[in-house]
Amino acid sequence: MITSTLRRVLLVAKHASFQSRCCVASSRVQYSTVYDSNEKTFDKILIANRGEIACRVMKTCKKMGIKTVAVHSDVDASAVHVKMADEAVCVGPAPTNKSYLNMDAIMDAIRKTGSQAVHPGYGFLSENKEFAKRLAAEDVVFIGPDTHAIHAMGDKIESKLLAKAANVNVIPGFDGVVENVEDAVKIAGDIGYPVMIKASAGGGGKGMRIAWNDDETREGFRLSSQEAASSFGDDRLLIEKFHGNALWLNERECSIQRRNQKVVEEAPSTFLDPETRRAMGEQAVQLAKAVQYSSAGTVEFLVDSNKNFYFLEMNTRLQVEHPITECITGLDLVQQMIRVAKGFPLLHKQEDIPINGWAIESRVYAEDPYKSFGLPSIGRLSQYQEPINLPKVRVDSGIQEGSDISIYYDPMISKLVTYGATRAEALQRMEAALDNYVIRGVTHNIPLLREIITHPRFISGDITTNFLPEEYPEGFKGHQLTSEGRRELVATAAALYVSAQLRSQRFLGNLRVSTTPQEQRQWELCVELEKGSHTVAVSRSGSTFTVEVDGVKVEVSGEWNLASALLPVTINRTPRVLQCLSRDAGGDITLQYLGTQFKVRVLSQLVSTLSAHMPEKVPEDTSSILRSPMPGSVVAVSVKPGDVVAEGQEICVIEAMKMQNSLIAAKAAKVKSVHCKAGETVGEGDLLVQLE
Amino acid sequence: MITVLVKHGVASAAQSQLQQQSRRWYSVSHLSVQERIDRKRNAALIGGGQKRIDAQHKRGKLTARERVELLLDKDSFVECDMFVEHRCSDFGMEEDHNKFAGDSVVTGQGRINGRLVYVFSQRNVMASGVVPQISLIMGPCAGGAVYSPALTDFTFMVKDTSYLFITGPDVVKSVTNEDVTQEELGGAKTHTAVSGVAHRAFENDIDALLNLRNFFNFLPLSNQDPAPVTECHDPSDRLVPGLDTIVPFETTKAYDMLDIIQGIADEREFFEIMPNYAKNIVVGFARMNGRTVGIVGNQPKVASGCLDINSSVKGARFVRFCDAFNIPILTFVDVPGFLPGTSQEYGGIIRHGAKLLFAFAEATVPKITIITRKAYGGAYDVMSSKHLRGDVNYAWPSAEVAVMGAKGAVQIIFRGKSNQAEQEAEYVEKFANPFPAAVRGFVDDIIVPSTTRKRICRDLEVLASKKQTNPWKKHANIPL
Repeated sequence: MITSTLRRVLLVAKHASFQSRCCVASSRVQYSTVYDSNEKTFDKILIANRGEIACRVMKTCKKMGIKTVAVHSDVDASAVHVKMADEAVCVGPAPTNKSYLNMDAIMDAIRKTGSQAVHPGYGFLSENKEFAKRLAAEDVVFIGPDTHAIHAMGDKIESKLLAKAANVNVIPGFDGVVENVEDAVKIAGDIGYPVMIKASAGGGGKGMRIAWNDDETREGFRLSSQEAASSFGDDRLLIEKFHGNALWLNERECSIQRRNQKVVEEAPSTFLDPETRRAMGEQAVQLAKAVQYSSAGTVEFLVDSNKNFYFLEMNTRLQVEHPITECITGLDLVQQMIRVAKGFPLLHKQEDIPINGWAIESRVYAEDPYKSFGLPSIGRLSQYQEPINLPKVRVDSGIQEGSDISIYYDPMISKLVTYGATRAEALQRMEAALDNYVIRGVTHNIPLLREIITHPRFISGDITTNFLPEEYPEGFKGHQLTSEGRRELVATAAALYVSAQLRSQRFLGNLRVSTTPQEQRQWELCVELEKGSHTVAVSRSGSTFTVEVDGVKVEVSGEWNLASALLPVTINRTPRVLQCLSRDAGGDITLQYLGTQFKVRVLSQLVSTLSAHMPEKVPEDTSSILRSPMPGSVVAVSVKPGDVVAEGQEICVIEAMKMQNSLIAAKAAKVKSVHCKAGETVGEGDLLVQLE
Repeated sequence: MITVLVKHGVASAAQSQLQQQSRRWYSVSHLSVQERIDRKRNAALIGGGQKRIDAQHKRGKLTARERVELLLDKDSFVECDMFVEHRCSDFGMEEDHNKFAGDSVVTGQGRINGRLVYVFSQRNVMASGVVPQISLIMGPCAGGAVYSPALTDFTFMVKDTSYLFITGPDVVKSVTNEDVTQEELGGAKTHTAVSGVAHRAFENDIDALLNLRNFFNFLPLSNQDPAPVTECHDPSDRLVPGLDTIVPFETTKAYDMLDIIQGIADEREFFEIMPNYAKNIVVGFARMNGRTVGIVGNQPKVASGCLDINSSVKGARFVRFCDAFNIPILTFVDVPGFLPGTSQEYGGIIRHGAKLLFAFAEATVPKITIITRKAYGGAYDVMSSKHLRGDVNYAWPSAEVAVMGAKGAVQIIFRGKSNQAEQEAEYVEKFANPFPAAVRGFVDDIIVPSTTRKRICRDLEVLASKKQTNPWKKHANIPL
């Protein structure tokens, strides 16, 4: 049933490139969100999700005076979303198909708590029509589109058929389910390489593979269907033409590099003009009406260089990146979803929907950007501070200091959003926010995020499909220091070292044997950084250090608080925020400078001279050893001792964060020993297979 | 006044005889006394000569003098006994070219970060408990000489270049026909992980000496001095939110005690002692609001954090060191009990477990105990409980102070009864929480984990003036 709410549409073009999206939502007369306590919606809502989106939904519920119920798996028992909710129900063990996808348990939780409505967040059951049906059967409101719309648009195969029937121009591809591997190869051949293999039920990049030849199609089919089965409980796949450079935007492209999940998004798009924006928005609304859509959703279009656009798919859920839309429109999309679900009409008109300034979202992930632009990492957040004290920064997260990033769920730490009057202002704030973001205990992608948002090409908006591989053909290697940057870093490290040395001589209280503090004013040091060695002379005046690095003077001043994770300093009159990750007795200091972590070694001249005599410890030969690049569970081991493997041959498959990763042999060799078996959990760096 | 014993290796003169580099420094009799003094002093400073220095460097080691220079503050070293030579008169060792002033050892006093330190090569039992003594093994050390580090408070080794054994591989082979390398028999790995003779190992000479300087700052100069307090930048009332979620809901699930210790310590700095030996107990030094503390904690990650022979001895020796040198002791308890079994009983767990009990009980320094989870049975008692004169004993809400876990208890109490699950639930309800201990006054308070640092810092301020004496005795008779 179509509601009046859909006749007014908020249109937001979200991307700074060829792919643009329209967000269909309800709107109000005023941009600034008002929470009207007289408008009775629900008493109690269950949020069938976890992490940041569960927290995000609860925040709005609290503002609207609605009680919240969290569901959680056993490992999430002390998670932030559980603490934030008024009530919490455990719905099963860690694996998602036994907890967050466990409809029986969630239905029980709804009954038990008397929840009147369910907000599904994104992912999990958000686009599951079976779930929506079961809710409807028990008169529980599903905060999202109705089952018909989910069915029509949520399924990639269905939606393509529907769009085609409605004479919408769609990308060439196969419009049916792929039966088996050989079927896949045949279809791929018909369409022509490269092709994209997608999970029909998919989203979020899971179960998505690009193939350039028959072999890759076979492998992609196998991995995608396994992923699709474990993520969505539905292993149907489709294949369509993969459009390379011409059509895909940078975000999509970097997403592809890191498993089809976007990293940086912004609103509005730098590419769209008002006419295209309006035309696209109107089409999006028509499409929404055609399926009697009645909630927030996102219509994806591909836009070519002539500003022609084509329907791609519709996401019938609250999008991950909805905060940037909220930042530039002033709307609370979750509030509107809840209102619409209760049947209230939208109060906004299209002309009430502004574009106020610019918003940028960086997805901060627990992953190692130095490995394939991001392999998942896990661990306990031993220290965690969000930069929310900075102006115009929004952080959507569902974790806190002490939280575990586990192998069971998506490794996203948070969505870091900054906004400003202009794109440049928003970008500048993003830089500061990333520098002030303290994350310890897990490897994270801030080095990559900061490089992207300060890259001249990204700043100019000249972003092509292959942004990451083009700019980092050898893989991401972190920030590349200029000679000036090098001096700044060396000088700061030297000043920090001297501060620590001075403090280690300051004892409080009375000592029976007097100390003889050294009246040292000059330090002759040797600082090693990335295989380079610098002669450094430091002199101090108060909290300001004059550091001569290879004869060039650098002035560094700061508070030199040795307990703080953040190290705010002024280097040659430029304020900068560095972070000190570690500092040990041997002079090794790890500093985060311009987003990237650098290992610096500060030595006295004496130590430096004598170091030449120290033996080099030989690192382990790794060419014949296969170690797990990430923590996860072993899905399959394809070799056994004695087998001869070719270079590039698959040795085993590790699943982490619901992604299947095929590990291959680095050289042709005989398998000496196998140290893992299917079903086992392995940690990062664990020995899996040894070759001869 | 801490003493540091630096073991440079055995019998450099004997080695030199083989190497036969001969510079004759001393056979010139017509020189004046002053000239001879100057010559000898110079000779001492270059030890066995440049060739021997080079040879030492080639082995990846530094000379004794270089080591002392690295260990001490610049220009602070005052040497004594520089003119001592060996008195060996057999096998050609009496030849002048085999005699060196300052032979093989360098001794004297100096400063580390401005504080007095003595550098020695042999130690004396009488100093034990008077001044902290640290040994650093930087070369091979065999025979009776190994007892000199063994008598000191801490023994550190350099990986790959230092060895300690009573009898070397050759003798072992001839006596027991056992094939073993120096490294396997007495290398750093053996002594830090297997024998428990050494307390830590470092990568090389420089790493060892710089870490020793760092370690030195934790220690008081003698038993007459209070634990040192350094300038601290970490707020003493800092909350540690991560601690509120660190103990897993399932009582069978492990967590890392080091996360708790680093969380509460100043600047997350923890100098762990014996990190690779008896890992089911964690001991080491940290600072709280600048003041040195000794920390003892059960490690749930290893053998569920149970107490066994090795962990009891490791803990006991550490506690006694802290007590001898006025260092307050923080104890973090998550202990399911003593490890059962014949190997433990035959090995004398009763005797060895008693050491830890004894050490905690006799300690008169401030003692603060935090029960994070399990505190079962006798092991609870041993871990610095209120019954052993604990000054402040806290429980986290996850604490379970009981005789044993619910399952085991129910199996014994209701042996043969059918409704064990029900009884188990009742036991959990009754005992698997901090209340039974709290109502009896065995814990002083049930605290929010994130406030632990704040509470400890405040208590340490109060306890800084604690004075407690034990009855006079010649010495106690700890069950050795």
